[in-house]
Amino acid sequence: MSRSAEENIIFDGRIRMPYKWAAGETSSYFLTQLRDHAKLWGTRCSVCQVIFIPPRKNCPRCVTADTTWVELPSRGVLQTFAVIYFSEPLLQPSEPPYIYGIVKLDGADTGLTHFLGEVAPGELRSGMRMEAVFKNKEDRSGLITDLLYFRPEGGSAS
Amino acid sequence: MTDIAIVGMAQTPYRRRRDDANFAELIYGVTCEALDDAGLEIGDIDNFITVSNDFWDGRTISSMAVQDACGSSFDGGRNVSTVEGDGTFGLLYGMMRILSGAYQTTLVVVHCKGSEGNMRLITNGMFDYIYTRPLGIEATGAAALQARRYMDKYKLTEEDFAHVSIKNRGNALRNPNAQLAETLSLDQVMASKPIASPLKLHDISPISDGAAAVVLAHRNVANKLGRKPVWVKGIAHCSEAHFLGDRDLAEAPALRDAAFRAYQMAGIEDPFAEIDLVELYDAYSYMEPLWFEELGFCPKGKGAELIRLGATAFDGPLPVNPSGGVLSAHAVLVAGLARVIEASLQIRGEAGERQVEGPVELALAHGINGPCGQSHCVVILGE
Repeated sequence: MSRSAEENIIFDGRIRMPYKWAAGETSSYFLTQLRDHAKLWGTRCSVCQVIFIPPRKNCPRCVTADTTWVELPSRGVLQTFAVIYFSEPLLQPSEPPYIYGIVKLDGADTGLTHFLGEVAPGELRSGMRMEAVFKNKEDRSGLITDLLYFRPEGGSAS
Repeated sequence: MTDIAIVGMAQTPYRRRRDDANFAELIYGVTCEALDDAGLEIGDIDNFITVSNDFWDGRTISSMAVQDACGSSFDGGRNVSTVEGDGTFGLLYGMMRILSGAYQTTLVVVHCKGSEGNMRLITNGMFDYIYTRPLGIEATGAAALQARRYMDKYKLTEEDFAHVSIKNRGNALRNPNAQLAETLSLDQVMASKPIASPLKLHDISPISDGAAAVVLAHRNVANKLGRKPVWVKGIAHCSEAHFLGDRDLAEAPALRDAAFRAYQMAGIEDPFAEIDLVELYDAYSYMEPLWFEELGFCPKGKGAELIRLGATAFDGPLPVNPSGGVLSAHAVLVAGLARVIEASLQIRGEAGERQVEGPVELALAHGINGPCGQSHCVVILGE
């Protein structure tokens, strides 16, 4: 059968789906340490010694549960960065342009993806030293965004 | 070498928006065309794989939206199973079901309408909800992190990547199914709007609607059909870590591994010399050299130079994405199966205006899934 519609009907839809996600024991510890003490913790695998942030209950490489908590410094090295120019108000936490980066904290073996701040895109270079800037204690609520962003170490790009 | 062949195939044209058809109507079209192409009827198909994504379709168990249309309800219902990932993974799954010995034929269908949802919200949804998703990062922001890392590590430039867009959008001029076909200059690409720097508008694949279907058959059936089967000579897939920061984004060890095993299965020792044509998943311009290198065609960091020198041009010694690639049409999920179909058409010599010079005896098709090519599927196709 050949159907040739005279008009194409289009429906508007939006799925609103609330969730209550459990962070789990490992991330709950990480998030409460971030909220209460502005500290970043990783997990070290007792077998392969690799230090992961975000922390994992088990080592993803050797899959052992024999992992220990390691407090990481809130400073490290910029691995890569991206400057966001497109606008998507339904998604974005702030008006573009803003910057994402992956920072490998000193001692960690993996990088943490987060925002970069207090720096112009043109001043950024992979490999530069960065430090974390946290929300004020009274504003912290146990979310990853209690860490506001990483900025060039010392507060300005050298 | 496997006992499985592609015996029928079809794809829709890829367009920014198809207001005239819903998912099922797209699937019905490619189902009929693929069966015609194979010279089979729906009753000859004893197993079905539907490939779709719930977030894109806006419903759970999205595969159910197309069961009537792909014929899996025929004659009281046949075995149907679902893959939520790239179409190449659906192909692999379909093959495995035939190889289980339970089925002789399988129809793999895939659909996606990128136009109907919000691409940025949907791809943000692929990240974990504790550490990454709250940052608002999505596919293109993540890809920009990968592009920068790749540039920094191997001393590449945005101009290097621009040559990929120029080549592939130019190739698309020969492909009536492509959505973006245009002659671009280096200046045009470089001056295009910054989206997620270092990525600019012309470095990024479009949002597309489309569907595709492939009929797979066991050797017992394939050899009895009228037309030349396209054999799956090798296939492998591999996945790496989910967190972006766990990976060195300038490397794709999962692709290296998948390629190695697919080459082993196909008996390939020197891919550049032995493979005649490549269709790979260039969702962003930088991905083409990155994947090309990890597929073992050249040393790491040298892919861009080969592209600039024309080695992968339409009339080069190893054409890569003569169809225009994903940069010219990106119906997500469909795009990997489209690579398989394009490579298969070239082997048959039926690629029309986009048929490359000289015989295509062995071709490679590639699909990805997840942020920054987290998982890869490599398919070696041949006569």
